[in-house]
Amino acid sequence: MTEVVVAHREARPRKAFWPALPVSVVVALGWIALMLLLACFSEIIAPYGFTKLDLRNRLAPPGTVGHWLGTDELGRDVLSRLVFSIRVSLLIAFGATIISATVGTVLGFLAAHFRGWVEQIVLMLADFQASMPFLILALAVLAFFGNSLPLLVGLMGLFGWERYARISRGLAISANAQGYAGAIRQLGARPSRIYFRHILPNIASTLIVSMTLVFPEVILLESGLSFLGLGVQPPMTSLGNMVGYGREYLTRAPWIMLCPAAAIVLTTLAISVIGDWLRDRLDPTLK
Amino acid sequence: MTGPLVQARALRKVYASRRGIFGRVSHVRAVDDVSLEIAKGETLGLVGESGSGKSTTGRLVLGLEQADNGEVRFADAPMPSMGTQVWRTQRARVQMIYQDPLGALDKRLTILDQVREPLDIHDIGERSERDQRALELLRSVDLSAEHGRRYPGELSGGQRQRAVLARALATRPEFLVCDEPVSALDVSIQAQVVNLLCDLQDRLGLTMLFISHDLRVVRQVSHRVAVMYLGQIVETGSADDLFSAPLHPYTRALVSASPAPGRRSADRIVLQGDPPNPADRPSGCAFHPRCANALAACRVTQPTLSQPSATRSVACHLYADGQRSAA
Repeated sequence: MTEVVVAHREARPRKAFWPALPVSVVVALGWIALMLLLACFSEIIAPYGFTKLDLRNRLAPPGTVGHWLGTDELGRDVLSRLVFSIRVSLLIAFGATIISATVGTVLGFLAAHFRGWVEQIVLMLADFQASMPFLILALAVLAFFGNSLPLLVGLMGLFGWERYARISRGLAISANAQGYAGAIRQLGARPSRIYFRHILPNIASTLIVSMTLVFPEVILLESGLSFLGLGVQPPMTSLGNMVGYGREYLTRAPWIMLCPAAAIVLTTLAISVIGDWLRDRLDPTLK
Repeated sequence: MTGPLVQARALRKVYASRRGIFGRVSHVRAVDDVSLEIAKGETLGLVGESGSGKSTTGRLVLGLEQADNGEVRFADAPMPSMGTQVWRTQRARVQMIYQDPLGALDKRLTILDQVREPLDIHDIGERSERDQRALELLRSVDLSAEHGRRYPGELSGGQRQRAVLARALATRPEFLVCDEPVSALDVSIQAQVVNLLCDLQDRLGLTMLFISHDLRVVRQVSHRVAVMYLGQIVETGSADDLFSAPLHPYTRALVSASPAPGRRSADRIVLQGDPPNPADRPSGCAFHPRCANALAACRVTQPTLSQPSATRSVACHLYADGQRSAA
């Protein structure tokens, strides 16, 4: 009997979940893949170290032999700096998105499970977070606690959690009120099983889509902070940091600023395109 | 045997509702002073119209909701309070079948995984044998292994309800509450599921509380029947007695309203008016505004359950002195 079952399982064609992708999505996925590749293999790909000076070739324009994207005011290779910047920026953005999604979802579940004063506190914190300009909060924290990469990632992780909390709370409450979650509780399951095995997979699509919305914002926020000189500190480099220091040479050497700016725009755009497409794919009501 | 498996005494559940932001809070007595007993292996049918408190009674008896008053005893022990470890462990012995099987199943897990789930939750059997046991359960409700690999959305209504049944039976429960299990299914499928239920009950010796508004189904499934009106039980009796000779005027109207072949429709009792608002229940007997046989006393005093015979009880002033003064 068992063999028959196994054979059947293999014979059954996979659900056609990935039909022909739209061109924009393919391009976006390709771009993100390229970014990830650059971030993972920065040392191999970058022709120079990101602090390596080449004083004889200062402010070389793009196309110069040996410096394909030109150099900055200290003769540092823009391409190499760009590659390392992408690594740092993506690290911050991914780390922060994962932290805020986890924190937000767990808080939302706690609110939905305990209701009462726990819910009130979570909602109050969420309102507080939503009403506070995050840049101000970030400035305050960085000004008081100094600056380091882990702190920056943790700080960015506080960004946007209230959206996950609201979404997961709302969806968990509605799941609890009727339907599968109630049925599973009735079977005698522990709350952890109900929330993480049943409710989480059912609401994951919504959460993933909101992650793709928060992700670009984190990149932009990090760029903004670095631009203001409060984010990643030199000699470390990030996309926003490059834009910030490149603006002084905007008229004489625009490539220093335009390269990282283009990377920011294209990456956030690509993530948004993917998020849009994922929302359509994962929304069960559209199936 | 020491007593009935399930025993509910003087259950009451009041919901507060408020109309608008500044509206007055009104209290709805969804279940009001309901007592019932179900012996081991017996099926009690619970009938009544929408809003009569059948489902709430079912949930109270199952311990899914806390009664405001009264108590539920299961196997001679009080029902533990909801959400505790004892309560969770006890779920293996009491189970529920829902009206909407699609809502009761997780859309993102296969049927087999969901039927297996109670075994995982209560840690029954060896891990490796659980899939096999789940397949057996599916087979016992006439579903194949192939059905087990599908998702709930890919099954028909009847197949889903049978999958829910298989899941409920996974822990070999003693007591099953079926809340309108066939109301959402069409008639041909209803028969299939009802027959399966009867079958399984005979085979497994289940005790059941069968909630439905469909008298034909209740009659087929139940040994005893209780009729509810506006949160109260107005009549109980064995299924055959109750349906062949209904005593309470409300039961009579219900029985005559359910179509039977070969009966003229002329002698049907058609109830006047809507069921009253439970938040604003009539004085005296709740049924008196719609009752054709209402007496003066019905307007004033609430009738209590009297026992015209050993197996019957009825809450109606017509039978208060123990004799049938009107028929």
